[in-house]
Amino acid sequence: MHQVEIATTQETLLDSPEMVLNMGPQHPSTHGVLRVVLKLDGETVIDLDCDIGYLHRGMEKIAENRMYTMIAPYWDRLDYIAAVSNGLVWVETVEQMMGLPVPPRAHYLRTILTELNRIASHLLWLATHALDIGAVTVLLWALREREEILKIFERQFGARLTCHAWRVGGMPNDAYDDFNKDVRQFVNNFPKRLEEYETVLSENRIWLSRTVGIGVISGEDAIAIGLSGPALRGSGVAWDVRKSRPYAAYADMDFDIPLGENGDTYDRYLVRLEEMRQSRRIIDQALEKLPDGPVNAKLPKIVKPPAGDYYHSIEGPKGEIGCYLVSDGTAQPWRVRVRPPSFINLQALKQMCVGHLVADVVAIIGTLDIVLGEIDR
Amino acid sequence: MPLVPIPKPTFVQKLKRFFMIDLLKGLGLTLKYNLGALVDKDAVAGKGIYTEQYPKVRPDVAPRFHGAPRLNMDPETHDTLCIACNLCAIACPEDCIDVIPMDVEIIVAGKPRKKKVIDEFIFDTSRCMFCALCQEACPTSCLELTQDFELATYSRAGFVWNREMLEQGRETVKYTS
Repeated sequence: MHQVEIATTQETLLDSPEMVLNMGPQHPSTHGVLRVVLKLDGETVIDLDCDIGYLHRGMEKIAENRMYTMIAPYWDRLDYIAAVSNGLVWVETVEQMMGLPVPPRAHYLRTILTELNRIASHLLWLATHALDIGAVTVLLWALREREEILKIFERQFGARLTCHAWRVGGMPNDAYDDFNKDVRQFVNNFPKRLEEYETVLSENRIWLSRTVGIGVISGEDAIAIGLSGPALRGSGVAWDVRKSRPYAAYADMDFDIPLGENGDTYDRYLVRLEEMRQSRRIIDQALEKLPDGPVNAKLPKIVKPPAGDYYHSIEGPKGEIGCYLVSDGTAQPWRVRVRPPSFINLQALKQMCVGHLVADVVAIIGTLDIVLGEIDR
Repeated sequence: MPLVPIPKPTFVQKLKRFFMIDLLKGLGLTLKYNLGALVDKDAVAGKGIYTEQYPKVRPDVAPRFHGAPRLNMDPETHDTLCIACNLCAIACPEDCIDVIPMDVEIIVAGKPRKKKVIDEFIFDTSRCMFCALCQEACPTSCLELTQDFELATYSRAGFVWNREMLEQGRETVKYTS
């Protein structure tokens, strides 16, 4: 087991004994099986260390013994909240390594469905984050909207959570018959729902006192640690893979990157809410422009990328999710390395938590939006 | 101990805070939803009750749903469509399919020939992750993942489906009202 490293001596104000507290791995607010060892002075956190690995399944090693087409379902199980985005990294890496031209309709459908997945992921984040802080109502409302998205996924992919959404070279099926109608209905209803969340939370004095000024990280520190996604943009750094290295059909879309100012929990909350609005805008545009045509490229019988290595990353809901793939020219990859956003975002936990109360640790774990399936792999 | 300066509230904000406008707005919205749930009405989506009443009301499962596996048969002759080609077992990432073929003697144009047919088909649903790669690999549309989603059994052995279960389907008790 991992040796927990926490500071041993600390000058305290009243010379009271310091306490070491284990939080997790069965704690409901650590979003999975994360063990946090806290060193406390009274109720203030002096030091902490994370213990991970309870959900390790060896996915990267499994991938070395599977054919390229078989690995995609395992990617769904890393960040199971955003399985559609995760699957996209893998198929795009293999496609770009092979130089497969993917038809434009597949690119547009991928854009729509990954953006729906981003909204679903942010909704689940909002639900659990608000629940951790104490607002139970938002949980029920956010899961209600997420259900609409999961129903679209069920009709399109055949599964709700771990969709196995994409195949190398395109998609398993074209969009189902009522796809446009269902997505359009969701897009039309969603802004009113967002307003409801804001009515309950944004000005609420309890919400403000639990989030404003909590878990502050500056832009420089965030870059130094390697944060990505809303955790980075909350600190005011404009970095979004969708803009800087456009994939799928994002180059044709018009959208903004919301930025925070203070880098605290409240700013990250605002950034994620605004990101949902922007995602809705992207879906709206992509539905308008959705071209006709095939959704699958012509594939060779066995998918075999040429020998070499390749790195590709996309903007997942939690940050930049990347795949480093080394191929030796056979039908199985030589090495698959995942760049998980949650794992790297978790490294900021200590810097954000020290000096705050134990109850704020729960809020900060929530605001980092971690998924342990991705951290442990 | 906030690490960033919290902006000082203006007079209007202080007044709003004194009269608890922020809390009352939220409470008003939740009250609206409570009333909406009573009469099953909502301004945005048109219905106020979202809870699925399973098992009393069985859900409408999408046609593409990946559920319990099934081996399809020819609707006229009731012969199996499986040609024992083993492609599903090769395509399965979790290696949970076993196709066991056997040779039968048939007479083709007066001469005895050997033909490979399916003898037994083992499908371990406890290891299956319902990715539907086997369904896509099947050249005769024999193996199919159906809309049946009730897969719980009382034992681990019950998760291993043989050819008979795959062809006939498994009997489950449908609890309705």
